[in-house]
Amino acid sequence: MSDPERDPSRDPALLRGLTQSRISRRGLIRAGGALGGAAAISALLAACSIPGSDQGGAAASEIDWTSWWAGKKKAGTLNFANWPLYIDQDDKGNSQSLALFTKATGIEVNYKEVIQDIPGFYAKVAPLLRGKQSTGYDLMVITNGWELTEMIQNGWLAQLDHSQLPNFAKYADPSIMFPSFDPGNLHSAVWQTGFTGLAYNEKLTGPITSFADLLDPKYKGKIGMLSDNTEYGNAALLAIGVDPNKSTRDDWKKAYDWLKKLEPNVAKFYDQGYTDALQNGDIWISQCYSGDIFQVQAGGHPEIKYVTPKEGQVMWHDNMCIPITADHPVDALAWMNFYYTPEIAGLVADYVNYVCPVPAARDYILNTIGDPDVANSPLVFPNAETLAKSHEYYVYKDYADYQAWNKLFNPIAQS
Amino acid sequence: MSAIDTSTISLPSSPVKGRRFARLSVPYFLAIVGSAWMIVLFLIPLISGLLVSLMTGNVEQGYTLTWNFGIYAQLFGPGADVPYALFLGRALLFGVTATLITIVIGYPMAYFIAFRVTPRWKTPLLALVMVSFLVSFIIRTDMWAFLLGGNGPLLSLLHRLGVSGDFHILGTPAAVIGGLAYNNLPFMVLPIYVALERIDARLFEAASDLYGNPRTVFMKTTLPLSRSGIFSGILLVFIDCVGDPVNAQLLGGKSTYLIGQAIQDTYLTQQEYNVAAALSTVLMIALGIILFAYARIFGTENIEDLV
Repeated sequence: MSDPERDPSRDPALLRGLTQSRISRRGLIRAGGALGGAAAISALLAACSIPGSDQGGAAASEIDWTSWWAGKKKAGTLNFANWPLYIDQDDKGNSQSLALFTKATGIEVNYKEVIQDIPGFYAKVAPLLRGKQSTGYDLMVITNGWELTEMIQNGWLAQLDHSQLPNFAKYADPSIMFPSFDPGNLHSAVWQTGFTGLAYNEKLTGPITSFADLLDPKYKGKIGMLSDNTEYGNAALLAIGVDPNKSTRDDWKKAYDWLKKLEPNVAKFYDQGYTDALQNGDIWISQCYSGDIFQVQAGGHPEIKYVTPKEGQVMWHDNMCIPITADHPVDALAWMNFYYTPEIAGLVADYVNYVCPVPAARDYILNTIGDPDVANSPLVFPNAETLAKSHEYYVYKDYADYQAWNKLFNPIAQS
Repeated sequence: MSAIDTSTISLPSSPVKGRRFARLSVPYFLAIVGSAWMIVLFLIPLISGLLVSLMTGNVEQGYTLTWNFGIYAQLFGPGADVPYALFLGRALLFGVTATLITIVIGYPMAYFIAFRVTPRWKTPLLALVMVSFLVSFIIRTDMWAFLLGGNGPLLSLLHRLGVSGDFHILGTPAAVIGGLAYNNLPFMVLPIYVALERIDARLFEAASDLYGNPRTVFMKTTLPLSRSGIFSGILLVFIDCVGDPVNAQLLGGKSTYLIGQAIQDTYLTQQEYNVAAALSTVLMIALGIILFAYARIFGTENIEDLV
């Protein structure tokens, strides 16, 4: 923040706020008494517009990242925003991997489980990023989707200094190194990967192998879908035999029609809680996240099966990224590098059971931790065949594209 | 002795005047805090909400005020992409039903606590009514999802009693209405209890002395005198139910999407601030009209008489 170009006091929005008179409380009362609130309304009108997020994108691309990183110092603190139950924890909630990091680098980690869902979290941090303010987090784990795309396009994420990430180059799975949403991993490094496939209660349905099975009338009111339109939209694209990332608007329309055909069978669009519903028999088949099903099975429900549908499944990535306004970016980068070792990635994968971005962690889990269930699970270390059937989400080209998607698919879940 | 110095009498007059001025102006000074509160936390948000609904744009380009009144027709008119009018109608219907249920259940509870128990039991019983608030609203509601679920205790029992295996509760309007009624029951019980407690017991004796049988006494004395409690209860419960997104989300299914969920989704997920603002404005106006009409039909001139 020492760079005068980025001095917050130069921000035009802030200057405007400082120079324009604000509405004082007493002023308002006086106005209310005298003019029946008319003055208040006109004052509000003068300030009436909500700034868009499409700001500063151009400025970010002009940043000389070498000197940007050169101007940052290790602070000894890392504020880490992550999802609940998404790092190794013992019974007291202490993470061994974070403790090892602190021991190795002296950096204290404030680990916060503040991300319950991306839109909700994004709605909180986006206004801060737009105002070029610190979000309070140096590292955030963001799923690839519109929000990540928008943050990259707006220049809200620091470009990673890969010279400080030797472990990433050495250990990262090649399949996660060239993601469609962030070519060259310039702004993100995968934390965990997961699949969105199908889960079914074998006792109630018998084997399910494809999306086409869902259309069977005998499953009327027995199917759960995820409420996120990215999930059901991409699943429908796969169901009609289209790779989401090569899809056209015509394909979207066909996917919409497929979902309409499915609608009589759908019991509910779930935010969460579909695993309970599957175990209880409220629903028999559900769209699901792979890690959830691994944990359901490990929790004593072997009858709940995960299947990669014949037509394919979606593979998503939760990515570590550093906001450009982070207070301690060097510390965040240090953690990224530290994470990409078989030991640390293994510790995390053994606990969270999603797909580990470090293939070498498998040996560590098998031999050092001694947990063959995880090491041999195709949900944690998928084989080549599974990966071949896995596709990434459609990447929105711009906001208009995203709006078109929403306009088409939102009415499916909102009915 | 006869020469009374009148000046000593007239002297205090000016301090009295000053004190009277001070006394008269006190309410106005006291009102400043309240008015400021209302303006800052109610009037400004209200107006800014209205204005946001008249903006056009999107979250990327920003929103600008264009006095786009057309949005209301667009959202609630016949050609709407998403049937918001249906969600509003559904929310009102669910809200009315849930409110009626809380009255039917809550009135006897309040009556029992007010008149049928000894004073030393009143506090524990009222505490019992409130005790559910000690548990998080979300957890309480989610527990109902477990209780009403397909393999939950209730359905297991019903299935054992021979109810068809296809019968389910979770995901139906009944589950959502039940959740709304359950979560709002204390808001009905407490005002009714307060209203009943305030009634002078001698009025019942008088009514009985005038040959009123218990039923008549209740209908002609107790019920009219506790009307204010019912009215406050309805205000609290109905407004809360109609705007609530949580019960429908946790207990509902496919055809239970309510206006509260629509506002939450358009604001947080879709970030269509103008749509969210328009939806909440319409919700507020609809609630305002209904409650005003209700107060008129209920037969009182001033709402504050009842509250």
